[in-house]
Amino acid sequence: MTELTHLTMADAIKGLAEKQFTAVELTEAHIRAVEKARPLNAFITETPDKALEMAKASDARRAKGEAGPMDGLPIAVKDLFCTRDVLTTAASHILDGFKPPYESTVTSNLWRDGAVMLGKVNLDEFAMGSANITSYYGDVVNPWSPGEPGNWPRKLVPGGSSGGSAAAVAARVALGATGTDTGGSIRQPAAFTGIVGIKPTYGRCSRWGIVAFASSLDQAGPMTRTVRDSAIMLRSMCGFDPKDSTSVDLPVPDFEKALTGDIRGLRVGIPKEYRVDGMPAEIEQMWQKGVEWLKAAGAVPVEISLPHTKYALPAYYIVAPAEASSNLARYDGVRFGLRVPGGNLKEMYENTRGEGFGKEVRRRILIGTYVLSAGYYDAYYLQAQKVRTRIKQDFDLAFQECDVILTPTAPSGAFAIGEKMDDPIQMYLNDVFTVPVNLAGLPGMSLPAGLGADGLPLGLQLIGKPFDEETLFRVGGVIEEAAQFTATPPFMA
Amino acid sequence: MTYIQGETGDWEVVIGLEVHAQVITKSKLFSGAATDFGAAPNSQVSFVDAAFPGMLPVINEHAVEQAVRTGLGLKAQINLHSVFDRKNYFYADLPSGYQISQYLQPIVGKGELVLDMPDGSSRTVGITRLHLEQDAGKSIHDQHPSKTYIDLNRSGVALMEIVSEPDLRSAEEAAAYVRKLRSILRYLGTCDGNMEEGSMRCDCNVSVRKPGQPFGTRCEIKNVNSIRFVMAAIEYEAARQVEVLEAGGKIDQETRLWDTTKLVTRSMRSKEEAHDYRYFPDPDLLPLELEPEWVEEIKRTLPELPDEKKARFIGDYKLSAYDANVLVNEKAKADYFETVAKGRDAKQAANWVTVELFGALNKAGLEIEQSPVSAENLGGLLDLIADNTISGRIAKEVFAEMFETGEKPADIVEKKGLRQVTDTGAIEATIDQILAANADKVAEYKSGKDKLFGFFVGQAMKATQGKANPAMVNEILQKKLQG
Repeated sequence: MTELTHLTMADAIKGLAEKQFTAVELTEAHIRAVEKARPLNAFITETPDKALEMAKASDARRAKGEAGPMDGLPIAVKDLFCTRDVLTTAASHILDGFKPPYESTVTSNLWRDGAVMLGKVNLDEFAMGSANITSYYGDVVNPWSPGEPGNWPRKLVPGGSSGGSAAAVAARVALGATGTDTGGSIRQPAAFTGIVGIKPTYGRCSRWGIVAFASSLDQAGPMTRTVRDSAIMLRSMCGFDPKDSTSVDLPVPDFEKALTGDIRGLRVGIPKEYRVDGMPAEIEQMWQKGVEWLKAAGAVPVEISLPHTKYALPAYYIVAPAEASSNLARYDGVRFGLRVPGGNLKEMYENTRGEGFGKEVRRRILIGTYVLSAGYYDAYYLQAQKVRTRIKQDFDLAFQECDVILTPTAPSGAFAIGEKMDDPIQMYLNDVFTVPVNLAGLPGMSLPAGLGADGLPLGLQLIGKPFDEETLFRVGGVIEEAAQFTATPPFMA
Repeated sequence: MTYIQGETGDWEVVIGLEVHAQVITKSKLFSGAATDFGAAPNSQVSFVDAAFPGMLPVINEHAVEQAVRTGLGLKAQINLHSVFDRKNYFYADLPSGYQISQYLQPIVGKGELVLDMPDGSSRTVGITRLHLEQDAGKSIHDQHPSKTYIDLNRSGVALMEIVSEPDLRSAEEAAAYVRKLRSILRYLGTCDGNMEEGSMRCDCNVSVRKPGQPFGTRCEIKNVNSIRFVMAAIEYEAARQVEVLEAGGKIDQETRLWDTTKLVTRSMRSKEEAHDYRYFPDPDLLPLELEPEWVEEIKRTLPELPDEKKARFIGDYKLSAYDANVLVNEKAKADYFETVAKGRDAKQAANWVTVELFGALNKAGLEIEQSPVSAENLGGLLDLIADNTISGRIAKEVFAEMFETGEKPADIVEKKGLRQVTDTGAIEATIDQILAANADKVAEYKSGKDKLFGFFVGQAMKATQGKANPAMVNEILQKKLQG
């Protein structure tokens, strides 16, 4: 498409400041991109009128010299964030027609800083998934899928749950997108689509107004094409919110300032337990390359041990569904969204929830209900929480030996829609490198390291100490510089 | 010990009460919506209370303070670390599908409460725990033939659930428990105890056993909303259980309702339908950590509670236990009494307050707060008796007028010319007149008919429209009749 959609956020900020183009022009280019990219099915709701309105207001602010840090930048919003008066679905049938009368804190922060909303993007239903194939609104296609755009012989998944966000950013439809990450839902799709995604420390971003999946694990974060862009966007998204009791009252650093490129003497932990059986050789090679890049920049690799890593995935798939089973009880047809009538209250509940929820959501609600039930609570939920404490302790100990941890983001590149469908556990294994980070509440970033043998992007993950996103940005900047990932997807708007 | 007389012998009733008390706070336990009673339906509901997507709870500090205050008033252990848990179940008036409550680690632990029985005796019973939880909304089933209306005004209001040990042994004790608890909560200002409005509700756990045997299976009677019904429901349920057991049956542990029209308990749900609440700590909230100094500060500012006040009334004012009980069960009554008693004869004050004033208030259906007679004015009336301005008898007349009009006693005495006649000369003159006019009766009296003394007194009072000082009349009459 036009060059305006191929800019980075940082370049767009510069271009707007230097009056090379207006916010309206920038937004119009992106609105055309949204239309052109419809075959990807990345958007659930397009909001071009609203976007233009916001762009006009942005230009007016700029004219008065009152432009904010993200003023005029067109972004996409994962349809898990409540946006005032704009359809918010969580990619579920059960939220049919739901237009929130309130705005989530994170998106409020972005609008406060001047960003422009292109629309609400697709995701796995209620954020439950690693491939964006469980959405009521259909699958999202990875723009890296080979073949004729719109006529793909083999559609690849963009990863999940923030598949729409990842696809939109990778295909140059939006300068950035909000995502949420509960077990890897920002990082893994970022890896599958060759973009940058960061899940900050638990408590950095407010969860108020985000449709809850697993309360103790959910975190919002940016998805962008460069590390600097993520630094810019995360700064706007973060901040203490008294309406969220789990929100942390710490000042928000200017993350861009961390991009010094200087990592001399930094100790990079390489966890031996992340070398899993059957891991494709190219993933191992990419990981090694990452270590070399960091060494070349003066960092010191250190082998560390995170002994409880192998229990992280089972613990996650007990804790997350348990919390979800309770969080999703409010979707009952009584006050908003879909209602399927019944002869009595129980029937109405069963009809509504049976029809309104997709298969994966129902599966996880059942798992969650089971692990919390009388007679099983101690063996499953309580035990999983104890394992969780052990996993956190692993990281605490490891961070005495190192300052940041480097791992692959996912055990493979993007796979095809329809693969890994025989056994849900196969799908869950996508999250094996990412879930420990959520369980421990740590910040984690994925960035593109290179292409695999099949020409698909592979991502490296950086894991940081609590509230040390700055180190992630600093090291991420170095990897980005070394990797020189200039490859672009076959499909771009 | 009260026993139920069964066909196979005596049965002991074992009762434990769970009282749900709405906390006096301006906003709800986890949201800022208002808590006023009687508002238009769904006019006091925040998105948090209605469990809209993405909404999160934030603790109301004042509610926590009120719970701690209540715990301290029950001489209970305050747990500096407590946890909020989700109690999960589906019902239309529970929007989130779970109630935020406290399960394993409540904010208040063991305490105690003293029962004041009607016969003047006292017995201490145990409190097991107190925890904070959300109230649910209201389901209204009778507004539509096939639909239920849901009013969420009450959804999220702070409740204190106060659980007693199974120490109560009769319906009377249960009633005394509820009365005393209500009194303490009102003294503390943490709950208004208004059972008709539903701000205080009682779940009654009842079981029966032969004396000396272990506890029997209990049934829970939910949401009993008056003390009268608490007694009736317990009596009915205990009798029902005895009947079942004596017929050879066994008691199923179940939840029952008190039917206020048929005056019976009915089964609400069977064991199979019993909820598994799947309690787990609420991940949207941090554990509640209280600073010891904060708790101490609340302790320092506690008002004098009923038991202490009763002891002081008995000790300082030399009141009987019975009178003290009557006066302290409502702080407003106790305060009224002390205003009247200040610098005056306490026993006389107690008598006037508990007999004359409370009698008049009861008859008129008024509460102490609505008394037309102020404490100052009642005190003034006692002063007029003490300085002989009026007699005790006239005072009752004046009191009646005060109750009607709210006027000051001195004004009424002046207006109606009720001043006591204490002028000995005038009384003598009156008595001389009466004796002269009733010479025959004087003669009869002197020859032994002592009862006629009363006749002369009566005549003297009649002649003075009751205003003659009775003591003086007596004294002067005695002298004159002797001589």
